[in-house]
Order: sequence, then structure tokens, then C-alpha cells
Amino acid sequence: MSLKLEHVQYTYSPSTAYEIHALKDVNLEIPDGQFIGLIGHTGSGKSTLVQHLNGLVKATSGHIYFNGEDIYADGYDMRKLRSKVGLVFQYPEHQLFEMDVLSDICFGPKNQGLSKEEAEVRAREAMRMVGLSEEYEKQSPFELSGGQKRRVAIAGVLAMEPEILILDEPTAGLDPRGRDEILDQISRLHKERGITIVLVSHSMEDVAKYVERIIVMNQGEVLHDGAPREVFRHYKELESVGLAAPQVTYILHTLKEKGFGVDEDATTIEEARDTILRVFRDKVKKHD
Amino acid sequence: MIRDITLGQYYPADSILHKLDPRVKLVTTIAFLVALFVADDWVGYLVATVFLVAVIKLSRVPFHFMVKGLKAIFFILLITLIFNLFLTPGDVVLVQIWKLKITDKGLHTAIFMAIRLIYLILGSSVMTLTTTPNDLTDGLEKLMSPLKKLHVPVHEVAMMMSIALRFIPILLEETDKIMKAQIARGADFENGNLIQKAKNLVPLLVPLFISAFRRANDLAMAMEARCYRGGEGRTKMKPLIYARRDYYAYGVVVIFLAAIIAVRVVL
Repeated sequence: MSLKLEHVQYTYSPSTAYEIHALKDVNLEIPDGQFIGLIGHTGSGKSTLVQHLNGLVKATSGHIYFNGEDIYADGYDMRKLRSKVGLVFQYPEHQLFEMDVLSDICFGPKNQGLSKEEAEVRAREAMRMVGLSEEYEKQSPFELSGGQKRRVAIAGVLAMEPEILILDEPTAGLDPRGRDEILDQISRLHKERGITIVLVSHSMEDVAKYVERIIVMNQGEVLHDGAPREVFRHYKELESVGLAAPQVTYILHTLKEKGFGVDEDATTIEEARDTILRVFRDKVKKHD
Repeated sequence: MIRDITLGQYYPADSILHKLDPRVKLVTTIAFLVALFVADDWVGYLVATVFLVAVIKLSRVPFHFMVKGLKAIFFILLITLIFNLFLTPGDVVLVQIWKLKITDKGLHTAIFMAIRLIYLILGSSVMTLTTTPNDLTDGLEKLMSPLKKLHVPVHEVAMMMSIALRFIPILLEETDKIMKAQIARGADFENGNLIQKAKNLVPLLVPLFISAFRRANDLAMAMEARCYRGGEGRTKMKPLIYARRDYYAYGVVVIFLAAIIAVRVVL
């Protein structure tokens, strides 16, 4: 179940005064089961890119292959692609429309041709996955809090049981607790179900803890693509494109410069703690 | 997809028409429309044509932008043409097909009616192409301000107009976003019969209405937070003040109207 992009270009309003090259020669491969962070500054083309992945936007030139099949080929079933590649938009709570939470989540599965009963089974399962208890089923989605609305919207996509789940800034506008809860749940989904996940964000801090691969976009191009520790090594370059590495990267690099033998590639707070403690323990041992 | 629709079709350019006071352009447009209905022979239309061509040249807006407006009224134009052509009684019958007759008078009115309609659209699109929606509402507000004495809420109407115009692109963008989000969830906006299609619009319209209300609410709150309280005693950052060129423009318009009326009276 892999997605492959070859030389994808996309231009808004071509050959007019408002022409914008949103994507320039993007080549990517998204293999099965990866947890990927797609990072970029506002306007870097990351949202445009993810809309290509399920065929919502058609590339001006280039090819996209899903399981080896060209999605731009004649007669390719886009609806099928969209049920395999689930896309949760930015502020997904703005697309809720049903009278109660359960029916809203059932919208996707029903569009896939499932019966009401099957759809409800899927919807309940999706609610469980995003941490919504059964009491919410019959509530109006419009009476919920912001964080809960967002869970409902994410469940609406999850209920379609996609093989690849793309989330465009799923934590935007949430408080720190809501953000951590959503990210933890997404991470659990990846671990338990083995779903491929593409997490779009502009915050390195958010993704560093969870993802195994980071793709950095800048002005429509892929700037870096690799494991977090590799990408964060370029933290000075990341700054120049309006991004920042996690705070621990800065601390560790400063420590290293001051002559401490820490591992500056640690990406999470826990790893950083461990490497710093190790250095100090070594020092204490030497004193003894 | 929806992004491509252009509304509020202002065309930015650096021309004397763009610089004119919006009130002048509004009055000129009204005068031009009146003139089109006053004129009823070739000479009158010749004067109107000269005026229109001069104005289009002065506006520096590519001609094909104006023709765009004509496409919208193509069917109205066609129907008017056919009805006038066949249903006007006259003395001399030029062509007769079964019971339908084309008379000399019919031909005359049909052609004049078509020219009138085309000029009408061209004239008003010159105004909308050279004036930003904001300027336009400002101009309208100022022009209608005498009506305040009759307790017409002129400022409020103008404010509503500019807010409505401002929200068109925002709502279009929102529509595009929600449509995409629902398509991603497997919604289908293209296939099915009429009833099916209407039903399929529910997942689009409900979120759109909710977002429109939310935005309206936010905007009202933001205006109130900045102490907006209607038009009474409100000053403008860029008040409309007539410059010399505006008086010249009024002069040209008066001469044009006089010419049209003179042609009508003399001939």
C-alpha cells in the first residue's frame, strides 16, 4: 500500500497575473506503515501537497502512483482512492453537518456503500479510537467543545477505515492538553492498527516526539527528508526557512559547544534528559 | 475549482477613470443609461457610441473583460431580438415565414433594442471594472445622503452592501474547502438526478450556513469592540472630495447629455 509521487508540479491560476507555483518537482515515496511528519512554514505547499495524495487536486504535471497504479490514468476510481487515503482537513470541525454525532461519523462509511448497521459499527469503533465515549452518540455535534468536535471530525474519516491517514494540522487552535491527547491517540492508532500516518504541522516540537520520518517543505520543494535526528542536524538551515528545531536540539548543541560530551542528535525531552544525565554521571564517576 | 470564478470584477489599472470620484462614475453611468433611452435614431446612437468608445479607451481595461459581461445576457439579448423582430407590427412586410412577419419597423426596433442592451451592459461594466466595490459603496452612500432627511438608513445600507461584497470571496473559499472535505469523505456532488443532487448538497450547505453565521457573529463582535455605532458623526479615513478632474468629467457628461437631447429634439 504505497504512495509514490514522481515529478509532481502544481501551479495555481496558470498563465495569469496571479500565477503561483505551489509545488515544484516533488518526488516522494510513502511506504506502508510509516509515521511521517510533513513540516513547512505557512505557504510552503504542504496543504496543497496532501490534497494531491487523495486526488482532490490534480497535478499540473507529474505522476502519482497508489499501489503501482497511476491515479491520473483514464477510468481510475478516485472514490476508491479517497476511501483508502483518508484526509482530515485543517479545522475539520467546520465540516460537521448532521443532527447527532453518530450520524455525522456514519456519513463517510455510508458513502462507501455500507448499510446503516455496518456504518454504525464502524462509527462506534472510530469513536472509541478517538476517545469519545458512547454518551456523545446522540448529542448534536454543534453543542460539543472545540476539542470534542475535532475528535468527531477525525472519527468521521477514521470510520472509513483508510489505509493511509493524512491529518492537516490536527492540533491547530487546541490547548496544550487537547493537543497532546489528539497526538497521543493518533500515535496509538499507528501502533495498534499499523495505519500509515502523515501528520502535517508547522511545529517540530509536536512531531519530533512521534514520527519516524520528517519531510520538510519550503516554497513548494522538499528541502529535507529523513529521520528526525538527521533533519534536526540542519537546524540552522531550518531557521532560515522560518522553522525551528525542538528546543532540546538547541540546548544539546550549546552543551556540546561548551565541551560536554552529550549526544546532540537526541530529539525528545526524554532522550535529552538521558544523555545529559549520562554525561554528568560519568563526570561524578571520574571524580571518584 | 471555485477559485476561478471572478466576482466584483474590479480591474486594476492606472487610468483617469480609475482616479475619478466614484460619485462621478455613478452619475455618469445613470446619465448614459438615460441617454440610451432618449436617443432613438442613428445620429443619437452615433453620439453614444463615440462617448462609449472614448470611455473604454480611457479606462485602459482590455476590451475582452467587458465582453465577459455580455456573455451573461446573451440569451436575454437573443429573446429580445427575436420577439422584437417578429412581433412588431409595421407597414412594409420584408419577409414572411408562415404566420411570422418581419416588418421594417420590427427590424428597426430589434436592432435598436439589441444595441441598447449591449451598450447598457458595456457602460455599467466600465464602471464596475474601474471602481473598487468599496469606492462604489462609498460613492452610493454620499450620493444618497440627502435621503437621510427622510429617515432612510443610508449609512447602514451602504455598510451592509460593502460587508456583503467583502464576504463573497470568503464564502467562495469556504465553499471550496468544505466541498473538498466532504469529497474526501466520499461525498458526490456531480452524479444523480435533481432530487439526489439537492440532497447531496446538505453536507455542503449546513456547514456553510453555520460558518457564515459564525463569521457574522465574529465580525459584529469585532465592530462593537471598536465602538462602531452606525453612521452618526462617523468620519472617514479617505473622505470623498471632488478634484478638478471630477468637475471636468461632469462637464463632459452634461455636454454628452445635451447633445443626445438636442439630436432628439432637432431630428
